[in-house]
Amino acid sequence: MGHDTNYQDREFKIIGTRVKRPDGIDKVTGRAKYGADAFAPGQLVGKVLRSPHAHAIIQKIDISKAEKLAGVKAIITSADLPDLTGSNRGMTDILENCMARGRALYHGHAVAAVAAIDEQTAKQALKLIKVTYKLLPHVTDVDEAMLPDAPIIQDFVLQDGKPSNIAGISTFGHGDVDAGFAEADVIVEKSYKTEQTHQGYIEPHACLANVSSDGSGELWVTTQGHFSFRVVCSTLLGLDMAKLKVTSSEIGGGFGGKTHVWTEPLALALSRKANRPVKLVMTRDEVFKASGPTSSTSMDIKIGAKKDGTITAATAMLRYQDGAFPGIWGMLGAMTAYACYDLKNVKTVGHDVLVNRPKVAAYRAPSAPMAAFGVESTMDLVANEIGMSPLDFRIKNAAKEGTQASYGPVYGPIGIGPTLEAVKKHPHMRAKLKKNQGRGMACGFWFNFGGQTCVDLNIGPDGTVSLTIGTIDVGGSRASLSLIVAEELGIPYDQVRTNIGDTASLGHNDTTEGSRGTFSSGMAAIFAARDAVGVLRERAAKMWDIPVDDVVWADGVATATGAKHSNLPPLTLAAIAAKAASTGGPIAGHNEVVADNAGVSFASHICDVEVDPETGSTKIIRYTVIQDAGKAIHPDYVEGQFQGGAAQGIGWALNEEYIYGADGCLQNTGFLDYRIPVCSDLPFIDTQILEIPNPNHPYGVRGVGETSIVPPLAAIGNAVSHAAGVRMTHIPMSAPRILKAIDDAKA
Amino acid sequence: MMPRISLTSSLRDAVDGAESIELHAETIGEMFAKLAERYPRMADRIDAGIAVAIDGQIYRDDWNTKIPADAAEVFLMPRIQGG
Repeated sequence: MGHDTNYQDREFKIIGTRVKRPDGIDKVTGRAKYGADAFAPGQLVGKVLRSPHAHAIIQKIDISKAEKLAGVKAIITSADLPDLTGSNRGMTDILENCMARGRALYHGHAVAAVAAIDEQTAKQALKLIKVTYKLLPHVTDVDEAMLPDAPIIQDFVLQDGKPSNIAGISTFGHGDVDAGFAEADVIVEKSYKTEQTHQGYIEPHACLANVSSDGSGELWVTTQGHFSFRVVCSTLLGLDMAKLKVTSSEIGGGFGGKTHVWTEPLALALSRKANRPVKLVMTRDEVFKASGPTSSTSMDIKIGAKKDGTITAATAMLRYQDGAFPGIWGMLGAMTAYACYDLKNVKTVGHDVLVNRPKVAAYRAPSAPMAAFGVESTMDLVANEIGMSPLDFRIKNAAKEGTQASYGPVYGPIGIGPTLEAVKKHPHMRAKLKKNQGRGMACGFWFNFGGQTCVDLNIGPDGTVSLTIGTIDVGGSRASLSLIVAEELGIPYDQVRTNIGDTASLGHNDTTEGSRGTFSSGMAAIFAARDAVGVLRERAAKMWDIPVDDVVWADGVATATGAKHSNLPPLTLAAIAAKAASTGGPIAGHNEVVADNAGVSFASHICDVEVDPETGSTKIIRYTVIQDAGKAIHPDYVEGQFQGGAAQGIGWALNEEYIYGADGCLQNTGFLDYRIPVCSDLPFIDTQILEIPNPNHPYGVRGVGETSIVPPLAAIGNAVSHAAGVRMTHIPMSAPRILKAIDDAKA
Repeated sequence: MMPRISLTSSLRDAVDGAESIELHAETIGEMFAKLAERYPRMADRIDAGIAVAIDGQIYRDDWNTKIPADAAEVFLMPRIQGG
């Protein structure tokens, strides 16, 4: 540490330009290597046997026939994965989720795994494994799981000393909500539901594991955090962390779903047992059944306001399902629900509830979109009741510097007000609507965070610069980080190449989550480049044989200062690098930092829809995202994050839904039945970047990756409700659901 | 003068139900050490992860962070997760 992380206002030369991304050509030509593209000599194919039941005791697993099948090299069950977690609850849950331990907790829960010489043999072996189940009653609905007679998912979860599916109750807020509601002229109470969705990344989970008989191992994997994967996998398998090298592949989307391990420990265990490399690629069916979707929810929202538009009190009772293992998803919903507003009296309660569904994982600003749907829908209803425009109602109550956030602390400088003012000025708000069309808007909040980060910057003998980072690149961060290094060194962007290092190359880096990639690695890159500049000045001083204090670095060259050095021509970075061998050896910069204080983020979205009253189908006509980015290092990729979040939100709002049958089994495990938006479903998504510098980053950067998915459910919900003339309270607003709401309203 | 340390509701049971407490510390690490000493049940909570908001800025990881003597607010909240 010891670096000044404060924002320094300055004129940028290259930051903010729209340069080409270094990984672009590889990605569009097929050269880029994703999770499934790795190959090792002698590799085996791994396959996982999964529970066909939602909830069952596993009485017996007979692998005797499968073991005898020619070409089968290893079979593992939970017996091959002893609990080495030291009673760490979180790790124990991960272990049990990776492989069932005596009971199957959801449809698709892994029960056994096979490594064989080819896929056909592996699949045949799975069929030969005989599992004897004793079925248990199941529950997949969050409200039903909270009933007193609901089947209990986990025995260790207690409420008031009794077994319960309520794994956590988290309360936030301040003031006196009862007194606040007593002051209100108008009170609106409404209940909402949102269904479970998947992140929908196009690349399924895939890895190649190779464990040697000496206990060392390698894992090639698609992940958002290869360092975290190393921690978890080495803990679960009892491997020496330094002997497990994890290399991240290119990633075909993650959105939070690749922050967790699913099959990777199984691939390592199979490789260890078979003493051969094992490649394990999940099918789409498995990704839906057994990776980590987001919560389904049930919510009660209540907001009271005076006729002048002042909110006097607000509450939210939130029930989020966590799948079969405890999480913090209800808590996050409760923290974010009212974060956009300045409220004197507010109370939110988040329930984390266990059900027989897969373990919930983070999904882009996890839990915030659902809470925002309930709150922002109710905000519209209150505005309507008091005869105020929804936009002016939000502006009147927007949080600002000094507001006590509903989740506790007092805000510093924040950007919700400016995004709302930008909405007011945006031409989208003045565009005329046609018949059956409606407009909605909504606000959203996400925390952002930084975390442990480590980078290396090396200057080659030819003066080109290589930056090695440990945060994987989901959306263009390599281009952004190369821009930062080029800016600091004063050299062209093309002279810098950013690469992702494996776990043996750098110190620990936290996972790329929480919108931290460009924020935290950007901060480390700035300091590493400044470190290298110090070395470059020293080398120039040696080449000139003058004191280093007489050397300055600017615009990519070392210049000797003072009248007595006026005859010395400037030295370029390439000229200094060429003489490195004789001036002290390789020239490098390094930095490790805990990049805290990422700065909270706000967005406001506007959406126009057209609803067909005959069919209930909805078309998005126009969509605008306005968000504070702090400083947009590479505007294309900031806009890409804004558009991507909105696109995912559109799918979530209108179509996407996990559908469980009465048997507790997931019914729609493919993209034909689980419909994510395609290009023809989407308008061009307009964006407006606001740049309100984060005071705690040298360039003013804030995270931008997540907030854009928070407002869409509510913005579209408000638009659809206005177009259809009936308030929609259940996400997704699929055509049958809209049609039913229209018909119910007529009845 | 040291600001009062406020706690989110889910942490209060570990400090005998108090909404806020007085404690002098110059860094987040020192504050956590003193909290764990005074309230032993806080030790597990600290291990599980607590974020600290100092005058509205959220610190999740760096325990070397200084707590300014003139800070208006120190707020302990759950350590959050992102996607």
